Amino acid sequence: MPSLTMIEAIRDAMDVMMARDERVVTFGQDVGRFGGVFRCTDGLQRKYGSSRCFDTPISESGIVGVAVGMGAYGLRPVAEIQFADYMYPAYDQLVSEAARLRFRSAGEFSAPIVVRMPCGGGIFGAQTHSQSPEALFTHVAGLKTVIPSNPHDAKGLLIAAIEDDDPVMFLEPKRIYNGPFDGHHDRPIVPWSKHELSETPEGYYTVPIGKAVVRRQGSDVSILAYGTMVHVVEAACQSVGVDAEIIDLRSLVPLDVDTIVRSVTKTGRCLIVHEATRTSGFGAELSALIQERCFYHLEAPVVRVTGWDTPYPHAQEWDYFPSPDRVGRALTRLMGS
Amino acid sequence: MSGGPLTLHVPEPQPCFGKAADSSRLHLSEAGQVRRPAVDVEAAEIRDLAYALIRVLDDGARAAGPWSGACTIEQLRAGLRAMLKTRAYDTRMTMLQRQRKTSFYMQCTGEEAISCGFQPALQSGDMNFPTYRQQGLLIAQDWPVIDMMCQVLSNEKDRMKGRQLPVFYSARGAGFFSISGNLATQYVQAVGWAMASAMRGERSVAAAWIGEGATAENDFHAALVFASVYRPPVVLNVVNNQWAISTAQSVAGGESATFAARAHGYGIPALRVDGNDYLAVHAAASWAVERARKNLGPTLIEWVTHRAAPHSTSDDPSKYRAPEDQTAWPLGDPVDRLKDHLIGLGGWSEARHVQLKAELDEEISVASKAAQGYGTLVEGSKCSPASMFDDVYKLMPPHLREQRQELGF
Repeated sequence: MPSLTMIEAIRDAMDVMMARDERVVTFGQDVGRFGGVFRCTDGLQRKYGSSRCFDTPISESGIVGVAVGMGAYGLRPVAEIQFADYMYPAYDQLVSEAARLRFRSAGEFSAPIVVRMPCGGGIFGAQTHSQSPEALFTHVAGLKTVIPSNPHDAKGLLIAAIEDDDPVMFLEPKRIYNGPFDGHHDRPIVPWSKHELSETPEGYYTVPIGKAVVRRQGSDVSILAYGTMVHVVEAACQSVGVDAEIIDLRSLVPLDVDTIVRSVTKTGRCLIVHEATRTSGFGAELSALIQERCFYHLEAPVVRVTGWDTPYPHAQEWDYFPSPDRVGRALTRLMGS
Repeated sequence: MSGGPLTLHVPEPQPCFGKAADSSRLHLSEAGQVRRPAVDVEAAEIRDLAYALIRVLDDGARAAGPWSGACTIEQLRAGLRAMLKTRAYDTRMTMLQRQRKTSFYMQCTGEEAISCGFQPALQSGDMNFPTYRQQGLLIAQDWPVIDMMCQVLSNEKDRMKGRQLPVFYSARGAGFFSISGNLATQYVQAVGWAMASAMRGERSVAAAWIGEGATAENDFHAALVFASVYRPPVVLNVVNNQWAISTAQSVAGGESATFAARAHGYGIPALRVDGNDYLAVHAAASWAVERARKNLGPTLIEWVTHRAAPHSTSDDPSKYRAPEDQTAWPLGDPVDRLKDHLIGLGGWSEARHVQLKAELDEEISVASKAAQGYGTLVEGSKCSPASMFDDVYKLMPPHLREQRQELGF
């Protein structure tokens, strides 16, 4: 199997689907001729023509709004929002329109769209190029939200998202576009080619939406993470020496409750890690769920490590980004309680 | 009418100038040919001006027509100095980014005349709502460049406390609103600021700034409709530099109409101006600001210019811009044009120009060394991580205090 970066895997997923299904189209700012500011659509316009891969005006509400219209017509639009931080003008189209079209028309119309967006920090992007807005999507009934942590899952999840009949928010942690970043920003960059999950099958395959994966079996504590934080958590576990079970959620809505409950019931402890701000973050949902489903198996309170409840800073990036060190300290505390 | 299947029109993301391009879309006019209406003109009487181009300097750098004569020689020399200083500043900051002393930088190369020529039309108390490419608004009023550099370096003297991306300045004292970085969001805020000035019966004017690409955003249209309804004292600037990262202005709707013409649907008077002509910029800015100050309402101005540099230090235009894009641009370089004009007037010389450039390079170099003495993004001191929890709210709520303690402060 070829070793791909996240960018190549995402591009490959669109390439596979555009070749298989002429209803699949992709568009967004700088997506067509340039191939995207992160190069995720590079070459697709040349291969499939400018009516299937094209540049749009700078209007996120326009990009998502036309995607809804095209989806309702019968196309399979894959819209790119250049940074998740720019998504907000499109929020009305997502919340009031894409998410509810099937419900309000009793199934007469639907919006089978994918909205791709790079998210997360670790690139000195400050408040406008670093946000993790997944909880703004998971809170909306009618939207699905997925977030891969490696090239293998990125390709399979994106193909599944394109085939899905409901709107799917596809979040791409930009810090791991080119390598599996584990939070040690002062160490040399590791390329994806050194990571086994860059091995990506050629052609068509899916990673099902709604299925988590256990990245590491363990018995002391369950760690729930997704995106970049999966790698941070792996590094933290190595340095602390805890026998943790690491669950990569991959899909936030729908959520793989069975895998989570099975693990926490076994270990009796749970650490939740995400980069987004804490208050009303997705960790709060996970924590409530564990309290509801695993209360009598818990040996310690559920612990969260998250971004602080502040806008994402520039100079203090590494004090904001949940580090392996912070995760390690939380693990030590959790094992001691 | 064709009986065949429908096809989607996707604009070629190419510039509208150069050999193969249709230059008529640039709607060029000869210098001095476009009339200068009275400031109390109705929008309907100057609709043609949205399809013309106000120019003062001709190809020989001579001033002509009714928009000329607005500046003294001293003012022109100050304008030239501001543009050269902006360019020297951009060059030095780009170098610091290349040396990895900061994360990011954005130049305004080729567009200096717009902000440097606009700012002198404003008064103390007026407010700009700039984009990230109007650093000339600060430099033209001699705002200390060391203050701007400390922001770019995110160091201990950065008044924004290391929170913002480089170039997202804020300088209330200079009439320079905090730059958000999200596109178009602040265009409509400028309208609100101007409405407040009118509501309080004061004399302040607001200037809204946007690039042609971002006029696609909802907030641009909201700004125009509010400006149309309440007629507040605002100048609605659209800087058409032909490029929004990789997409040419055609992708923003420039194929179908000029950006100035968008004002027509709202009944707002619009001008279209050569943004590389310092004299035209200053004259048109003064006209619009006078209208605003006299309670005659908003004006939209499309400044036609050309982004000579990459979008940012993260951009590589060689992937989408033909090499002749720069050479085919028909409106020249704003610095060269003003220099040649001043020389023609006998108020400047090549020798003085070389000397001024050297002086400014030295001034910027000295300031840059001093700024780096306060730290850079990667070395030396910067604002404490504890400060990250300040200013989220006016008073820090308990949960943030707790999180700050968890971080060790």
